[in-house]
Amino acid sequence: MAAKARTRPKADVEIPGGEPADTLRDYYERMSLVRAFELRSSEMYARAKIGGYCHLNLGEEATVVGLMAAIEARDYLFTGYRDHGYALLRGLSPERVMAELFGKVTGVSGGRGGSMHLFDKETRLFGGYGIVGGQIPPATGAALALKNQETAGPHAAAVMCLLGDGTTNIGAFHESLNLAGLWKLPIVYVIVNNGLGMGTTVEKASAEPDLYKRAASYRMPGIRVDGDDVLAVRDAARDALKQARESRQPVLLEVMCYRLRGHSVVDPARYRSRDDTTIAQESDPVPSFRAELIASGVLSEADAAAIDDAADARVSEAVAFADESPEPDVDDLFKYVYASTVANAPSALPGEPVMDAL
Amino acid sequence: MNTQVATTRTITYRQALNETLRAELERDEKVFLVGEEIGVFEGSYKITAGLLEDFGPDRVLDAPIAEEGFVGAALGAAMLGMRPVVEIMTINFSLIAIDQIVNHAAKMRSMFAGQVSIPLVIRMPGGGGQQLAATHSQNLEVWYAHIPGLKVVAPSTPADAKALLTAAIRDDDPVIFLENLSLYSAKGEVPDGEQIAEIGKAAVVKTGTDLTIVSYSRGTTTALEVARQLEAEGLSIEVVDLRSLRPLDRDTICASVKKTGHAVVFEDDWLSYGIGAEISATIGEGAFDFLDAPVRRVAAAEVPLPYAKSLEKAALPSAADLARVVREVLNLSSTPNDK
Ligand SMILES: Cc1ncc(C[n+]2csc(CCOP(=O)(O)OP(=O)(O)O)c2C)c(N)n1
Ligand SMILES: [Mg+2]
Repeated sequence: MAAKARTRPKADVEIPGGEPADTLRDYYERMSLVRAFELRSSEMYARAKIGGYCHLNLGEEATVVGLMAAIEARDYLFTGYRDHGYALLRGLSPERVMAELFGKVTGVSGGRGGSMHLFDKETRLFGGYGIVGGQIPPATGAALALKNQETAGPHAAAVMCLLGDGTTNIGAFHESLNLAGLWKLPIVYVIVNNGLGMGTTVEKASAEPDLYKRAASYRMPGIRVDGDDVLAVRDAARDALKQARESRQPVLLEVMCYRLRGHSVVDPARYRSRDDTTIAQESDPVPSFRAELIASGVLSEADAAAIDDAADARVSEAVAFADESPEPDVDDLFKYVYASTVANAPSALPGEPVMDAL
Repeated sequence: MNTQVATTRTITYRQALNETLRAELERDEKVFLVGEEIGVFEGSYKITAGLLEDFGPDRVLDAPIAEEGFVGAALGAAMLGMRPVVEIMTINFSLIAIDQIVNHAAKMRSMFAGQVSIPLVIRMPGGGGQQLAATHSQNLEVWYAHIPGLKVVAPSTPADAKALLTAAIRDDDPVIFLENLSLYSAKGEVPDGEQIAEIGKAAVVKTGTDLTIVSYSRGTTTALEVARQLEAEGLSIEVVDLRSLRPLDRDTICASVKKTGHAVVFEDDWLSYGIGAEISATIGEGAFDFLDAPVRRVAAAEVPLPYAKSLEKAALPSAADLARVVREVLNLSSTPNDK
């Protein structure tokens, strides 16, 4: 339907940040995929295909793409519950992520974790976690293990631990950063600062609202970067990971972005000021990156539309897969409670007698 | 309980809590509320709607995500005579504050030989069944019910929500006030005017002669539903609503079982070492000679609660499970469509 616009020859193009056009195109494809996936998740929630809590990366796409472009396959990723986009860009198929949201056995966590608890050992996505700050001490411990298992250097692995702005107020954040600073652990803590923890602004929640400055308490570098600038995010994260893997210097990286909608899909965000909502919409990284690439000739309008359509189609396939997949078998309810078999492990369903009275 | 009841209104459990908080804030300037998202956001479950607007930020204090910090801070304010009412978003997050609750709030009065008392209320909902997955669906009340020095109440109706919350706020000891996600929109008749329940007392919420179901919180509503359903089949079921998990009203439980000779505990927590274990032991000790069958417990399957609806449903105790076990205890054949 979009009129065919001709892409200008790539050589003539002034490319943002001096990046290869293919890279930029690739980043836009990723942003578009995350956007399409999240919009569809919201729709599937409204249709009761998804239950429980469901938190979206809408508005955070440039941050998600930038961070995931920086992390290497060998690195470990820990995150909070706003985890769909990261899982997709870590390389998990949209099918398996959507199936998890649908609570299907084909989901990344076997349908047991849901939206907040995506985990994939193979791609080293070591979990989405629903308890605020719950991921921070384990991520720190993963870095401790890496320190023991590997020698520092450009090929060493590191840990990236994502957390929200509100999450910086929980004790686990401070305890963990202190440990990492003290023990010199290969970890990058990334504060995805979308300005809000549920309905609370950073200024109302943190006595030091310049969150990156909190790094000073633990003698680690604290860096702030514009989260709407995918290249800036990528470069800052790459540099931080380099310090972690080569010098065992933990880093605190604060990425400034906006949450486009409510805290979770069911939150209408009425508490939010009109100004704040307007700013969030105006700085929406997906249309602005798209426009930037079109203006600089990296993409034509038709290219961009084709990318968006492809993302949408990709997500449709994921939904179809999730829909057709079976739910976990009730006979497997107790399957994963313990790793080693143990005598007298409970296996009663509700109301089943635990002893024979006769 | 105050008896000069004139009128009642039908309101939700949520509204009963909201009105009670408002009344207590108005009555006593030492009362203040603190918790995450209770002000501007009006509470995750909207229990504190309108209170920030009417009482201001000194009385309705939004706290950052720092459960250990603000629960402990409320405790400290209570030591100086304030009467804080803390909201923890759900009981799951209270684990971050558990040191302040168990090692501090519960112990101070005894450890300091009565020189200080802790008039602190911690309100929080438990409950599963909403596909919130393993960490957000727990019923950990027994953890607190186990602790000397704490009082733990668990209202099942809007009227009790009002009367027990009033009692909790006016109590001089730390009170864990257990709410339930699935009760917030439940409606019931609530008497107007001041209502103060006596903490530590259970209630027989339905009389019967064949079997006693003991439950609490949302479990009581299921117990009543099952009792009414079985009544249609000619069974006479008595329902005891514990209301207070600590202290526990053992007399009311045993008096009921002495009458009926049969008991089933319906609980939302896990079976081993749960609320039902304590009730069963109490009945074994206090009504042994009156029992015509072993006491049975209907509790959650002992597994971290999965997200998938199929698994979640299988793991949580349901009305059908309770009806089946009641029939088993009464030695009646169960109908095939129970589960
Ligand atoms: C210990 C704990 N307390 C409270 C909550 C409820 N809760 C879930 S998300 C959230 C806000 C977190 O905000 P932020 O860290 O900024 O992350 P964002 O949601 O913005 O990504 C809160 C209070 C929780 N899950 N865990
Ligand atoms: Mg935030």
